[in-house]
Amino acid sequence: MEELLHQLSAGFSSGCIYACLALSLVLIYQATGHVNFAQGEMATFATYVASVLLGLGLPYWVAFAGAVAVAFAGGMLVQVVLVRPVQKAPVLSAVAVYIGLLVIFNSVAGWIWGFMSRDFPSPFASWNGIGGSYISGHSLGVLAVTLCVMTAVALFFRLTTVGLAMRAAAVNPLSSSLLGIPVARTLALGWGMAAAVGAVSGILAAPILYLDPNMMGGLLLYGFAGALLGGISNPWGAALGGVLVGLIENLAGAYLVGTELKLLLALALIVGVLLFKPHGLFGLRTVSRV
Amino acid sequence: MKPALQISDLDAAYGSVQVLRKAYLTVPAGKVTSLLGANGAGKTTMLRAISNVLVKASGRIELEGESILGMPTDRIVKRGVAHVPDGRGTLAHMTVRENLRLGAYARRDREIDADMERMLGYFPRLKERFHQQAGTLSGGEQQMLAISRALMLRPRLLILDEPSFGLAPKVVREIFDILGAITTESSISVLLVEQNASLALALSDRACLLEMGEVVIEGPAQELRDDDRVRRAYLGT
Repeated sequence: MEELLHQLSAGFSSGCIYACLALSLVLIYQATGHVNFAQGEMATFATYVASVLLGLGLPYWVAFAGAVAVAFAGGMLVQVVLVRPVQKAPVLSAVAVYIGLLVIFNSVAGWIWGFMSRDFPSPFASWNGIGGSYISGHSLGVLAVTLCVMTAVALFFRLTTVGLAMRAAAVNPLSSSLLGIPVARTLALGWGMAAAVGAVSGILAAPILYLDPNMMGGLLLYGFAGALLGGISNPWGAALGGVLVGLIENLAGAYLVGTELKLLLALALIVGVLLFKPHGLFGLRTVSRV
Repeated sequence: MKPALQISDLDAAYGSVQVLRKAYLTVPAGKVTSLLGANGAGKTTMLRAISNVLVKASGRIELEGESILGMPTDRIVKRGVAHVPDGRGTLAHMTVRENLRLGAYARRDREIDADMERMLGYFPRLKERFHQQAGTLSGGEQQMLAISRALMLRPRLLILDEPSFGLAPKVVREIFDILGAITTESSISVLLVEQNASLALALSDRACLLEMGEVVIEGPAQELRDDDRVRRAYLGT
């Protein structure tokens, strides 16, 4: 029983981080129609930026905001310089660019900051957890931030004109431009936002995982599994999916397959969802008429 | 009064395939002008040249006396050109409300909600489907949505690419009745592409016939109604 509770709480903690990453994947999917495989490495890079800013002696939340702002600008820059040229190319070309981006961000981070793991502080270290050691203050903090970001994102996509324009431009650029939407600029904005949310997930993950250039590698797979499980068209679903994946991963790792095969489990989950429930548990079924 | 739209010497091409040659057209302000012709005559291409989408154009296109040739599409829209493309261009994954709201994307005033109510008044069937995804609507309802979304811009020039395409005659009549009402009660100028020549000419003040990318006849709608070539080939009389 004790053991089970510990597994549940560990699963919940990592689930919250997967949720945040899943959210940034959903964001970029809604704003661009693509899944950016470099999302995790871009987040790691932004986390290094936060680490540098903290090293300069800036207060935590100033460094946090600074890193998120840098990520936003970086995301837009990446879209303009690298993604825009393949916007009309076949999906596989875009995927190749995203994988290239992944390698570039990973190597550049390693080149600048080295491949040694670093400590990263948690702003929620002073928070009281629940039930002693079961759920830490940091997990609760991550959950709170994820919920806030998620709500903001969901409202943004539903209620603001810019959010609506992003969803439109991602799926139907031609009709969007006929509505007066500056499609290229709107897509760049979407990338900036996704990179910013990604940065939040990186900064929140770093105190648990320790900061190194490969920090988000495996995480992206779990985040992706979470996004698919919850439904990649629904921010709430994706975040919930992230938490579920965290729980499944830890429980199965402890009782079913052992920790070595946990990553395979995420892959199995991805394939399973795509085969049997392609819209995810909470995804919106998209309807199209011929 | 300056015409809403004045086109002359217009060449247009998709890559190396030239579609329009020396085309010309006048859309008088506040009137309905229709663009007639068979499939592949270049009607849709002319509309795309006006909005500067998908096609490369050269020549002269003036909106109320000012050149808009080569201008980015979003700026042309900002100047009051609402273009309902062929295939309607409704955003299937978004709700009726969201589609209508985006129709007013280029506007920055406070009367957008009031205008939305007005559109639902014109097309009550959209009201019933207000929160449904546009993709679940019938073809006729989607066309109604596309037209009312375009009107949400409060356009000075409304461009419609075959609004009757693929719709049942009863629905076509319903849509054209409302179009007629909207154009008579407002000062909007309309450029209408239509395969159904008699339907289009009945609503129009002016018309233009395209064949193989060239203008065959352009003038008052009455002139085209009386023209032998038009009568034989397009009106069946």
